[in-house]
Amino acid sequence: MERPEAEIPQVLDDRAEKEEERKVSQRAQEFLQNFKKGAEFTQELLRITEKLRYQVVRLEEENRDLRRAIQPETAIQDLERRIQELVREKEELLEKYSGIEQENQDFAQRYVEIEEENNNLANLYIASYQLHSTLDYREVLQIILEIVINLIGAEEFVLLLRDEKKDTLLVVAAEGISQDEIPPIAIGEGIIGKVAETGVNYIRKDFALPETTEINNPLVCIPLKIKEYVIGVIVLYRLLRQKTQFAEVDYELFTLLAGHAATAIFSSRLYSESERRLSTFRGFIDLLTR
Amino acid sequence: MPPIKILVVEDSPTMRQFICFALRRLPDVEISEASDGVEGLKKFNLENFNLVMVDINMPIMDGLKLLSLIRKGPLNSKIPVLVITTEGAQADRDRALSLGADGYLTKPTPGSIILKTVKRLLGIAD
Repeated sequence: MERPEAEIPQVLDDRAEKEEERKVSQRAQEFLQNFKKGAEFTQELLRITEKLRYQVVRLEEENRDLRRAIQPETAIQDLERRIQELVREKEELLEKYSGIEQENQDFAQRYVEIEEENNNLANLYIASYQLHSTLDYREVLQIILEIVINLIGAEEFVLLLRDEKKDTLLVVAAEGISQDEIPPIAIGEGIIGKVAETGVNYIRKDFALPETTEINNPLVCIPLKIKEYVIGVIVLYRLLRQKTQFAEVDYELFTLLAGHAATAIFSSRLYSESERRLSTFRGFIDLLTR
Repeated sequence: MPPIKILVVEDSPTMRQFICFALRRLPDVEISEASDGVEGLKKFNLENFNLVMVDINMPIMDGLKLLSLIRKGPLNSKIPVLVITTEGAQADRDRALSLGADGYLTKPTPGSIILKTVKRLLGIAD
């Protein structure tokens, strides 16, 4: 059945409308699809962003951890460097300390040496001073005895002087031994006579003391010399019990006595003689002028 | 600070000089000398000494007698007395110490030992 002509445009319009509707629907679907895709894309972007955020956080943590890890290492390195410096410094200080300690020991040793030297010089100075402090012959002999007792430490000893006329040695002073026990000793006779002849000190090698004093076995003989001429001999037989050996200063004292005691004895003798002569002359002049 | 006063009683002038020489190394010291026990006792009774040094073998009055007289004195019994002698036997040392000696040195002794002992007795740091 044919449609009336008036219905034709209507049909056409409907068709166009439907077509339009279909197109709109298609567009809507396309839009929806696009929107979906956009949404999906957005979702994807969000996921990626989330991942990236997570990664950033992780990296930050890692970074922090690394920093944490790195910082102590640096600190340790610094500390190790410091330790090395301190070790070096300590070694230097120890070296310096050791040097100073050595120096200190040297000073202490030097001090002891100087102290000893000072003691020795004091002994020698006093001995020398006392020997030349008087021109009295008896006093000089007494001073010699004092030096030998107090500064050398002898217990038994004698002082012999040369008798020019008889060329013998005669005892003029003694300590610990009776003067009568020592007979005159000829120059060149025995150890004592030999010392007087040669002018060379005698010190017995065997330091052990005999039970009894033997006149011809002295411990020490010191010749008293003026230049090379021997005017007497100091003979030591026994030392004080506390004196077990000779010290360095004792040898110095032997040398000092050899020269200074001789001069002091000689001077005092000359002085005494001149005094005696002067007194005689005065007496003689007095007698003449009366 | 008053000076340190020391009395040296010794008959040998050589030894006296030797002791005084050693003692003069002390700061601000005044030394009086006596050549026997009697002279020593006279000087001791006239002044206040910080220390007395005595020899044993001396004429007129020996050092041990002087020491015992010093110790019997009521005022001066505490003063340190140092004996310096040639007597090296233990019996002599014991006797001196029993009489009240505070130190005992035997001759010959170096000046440094005398000084050290004196410083110890006077309580002076070495």
